[in-house]
Amino acid sequence: MNQREKEQYLREYMALKSAGKPFFPYAVAKDSLMACVVMAAIITMSLVLGAELGPKADPTTTTYTPRPEWYFFFLFELLRVIKPAELVPLATIGVPTICMILLFLLPFYDRGPERRPERRPIATATGIFVIAAMGFLTYKGAESGPPTQIDMPTPKAVIAQGPQFTALYEKGRQVVAQSGCEACHKFGDNGNDGPGPQLTHIAKNLPRQAIARTLVNPTAPMPSFQALQQKDPAKFNAMVTFLSQLK
Amino acid sequence: MPKLKLPAPPLPPGFPKPAPKRPGTPKQKPLDVAAEAGMSVVDWVDERTSLSGGARWMMFRKVPKGTNWFYTLGSATMFAFLSQAVTGVFLAMYYRPDAGGGAYESMRHVNDDVFLGEFVHGMHKWGSSVMVILIFLHMARTFFFGAYKYPRELNWIIGVALLILTMAMSFTGYLLPFDQRSYWATIVGVNINGTGPLVGPYLSDFLRAGPEFGATTLSRFYAIHMMLIPGIIGALIGFHLYLVAKLGTTAPPWQKLPEQYRQVEEERA
Ligand code: HEM
Repeated sequence: MNQREKEQYLREYMALKSAGKPFFPYAVAKDSLMACVVMAAIITMSLVLGAELGPKADPTTTTYTPRPEWYFFFLFELLRVIKPAELVPLATIGVPTICMILLFLLPFYDRGPERRPERRPIATATGIFVIAAMGFLTYKGAESGPPTQIDMPTPKAVIAQGPQFTALYEKGRQVVAQSGCEACHKFGDNGNDGPGPQLTHIAKNLPRQAIARTLVNPTAPMPSFQALQQKDPAKFNAMVTFLSQLK
Repeated sequence: MPKLKLPAPPLPPGFPKPAPKRPGTPKQKPLDVAAEAGMSVVDWVDERTSLSGGARWMMFRKVPKGTNWFYTLGSATMFAFLSQAVTGVFLAMYYRPDAGGGAYESMRHVNDDVFLGEFVHGMHKWGSSVMVILIFLHMARTFFFGAYKYPRELNWIIGVALLILTMAMSFTGYLLPFDQRSYWATIVGVNINGTGPLVGPYLSDFLRAGPEFGATTLSRFYAIHMMLIPGIIGALIGFHLYLVAKLGTTAPPWQKLPEQYRQVEEERA
């Protein structure tokens, strides 16, 4: 906006303003009614949905599902949408930081005098696109199922080895599902793609022994299953059996 | 006799004005006496502070023609924030920021034993969602109405700061109940934060109070959540509202100019 446009805006605004009504009581009445609606919504949600607590935080467990509040889903989903490893740092912080800066600076790069949304096609389209993208990512975040289940067909090779082996495989599937692996790994369509590698075909690359070794002595953020191996070797064995059949 | 007069309420068009009081009918009813007593108190304060000018400036400014329900979203956000502040104070009366044993138990106690405890806890928990929804709606309104343009740029910038602070409130508050979900989500969140450029690692160390998630992490989150950020948000809302009153709220972009002004503008062009 140049000086002339600024002055014109201020003149027109004064005209519209002086044709308006006083803030009290007209706007105050609307605001108060809205405040009642907000209050009613909060009270209803509290009564209907409650405020349940989960089990107490336990830094030594591995059975956890790290899940943020729903309005952070879109940020976490962003990490998963961008696949190539080189781009991950960009996704985690680059995109949100850039969006934040763009948001702060909006009044400085969009300086046109036009205010009607239908005559600012770029701004309006961008706004609608951002809202749609955030909605979509939030939906995907909510969708990414309760990561305590692994729905995959049992491989024929497993069934062929008899009912006993199949039972072991199924037990292993259950242990893996309950151990929070899916927070960071993907099994078929289940679980989250990252930060850990996909495990859908892990046995193609890693032999049984190597899988067991990784569980006991994993790389940095992954928790170790050494305690499980010592306390409950049968469970640990089932876990390794399941993983070593993922081909 | 007080100097201040009660402002006359605006009357709907076509409504007859009440006749002015005639001298010689001074018979004061109890209601008049009560009104007068209230006025003298206000008058006493005003004589020493001159606050009435500011209040009048704030309350009796005009809002432009065409102002609609979308313009209530800002004050609704503020109301959600106030609700969070009040319910938060009640939760703070019971909460113990002790990771070793106490934080989780104190919230259990609130939920299970305290009168209306779970209700207030629930209001605080769901109030945060309501506030986040409202702040995004308010932002969308100001965006699509072009309200961030001259002369309201600074108010947009303060708004973005408020948005970030509100999200930071959610992030720090999420850890406090100290159940499995909040604990592990916060660890992951802080780690992701740490991959950020330049300040990322320092910010993460600051949040954790060290390189590892430790005993002081929880009290640090608590202090940030209930003292640091709410203070800044309160101050920024004050400044935001001052600018709203000073600059006036925008008219909806479709609003037509009154006829006589349109002619003046056309002559000018
Ligand atoms: C705690 C959060 C916030 C509160 C309590 C708040 C409150 C308000 C209120 C009461 C108004 C008066 C007009 C209206 O209600 O629409 C307003 C106007 C405004 N707000 Fe906010 N706001 C908040 C956050 C934001 C955010 C996140 C933005 C944008 C990034 C923003 C940008 C603006 C702008 C540009 C105006 C001027 C609108 C106009 O004149 O039409 N605000 N705010």
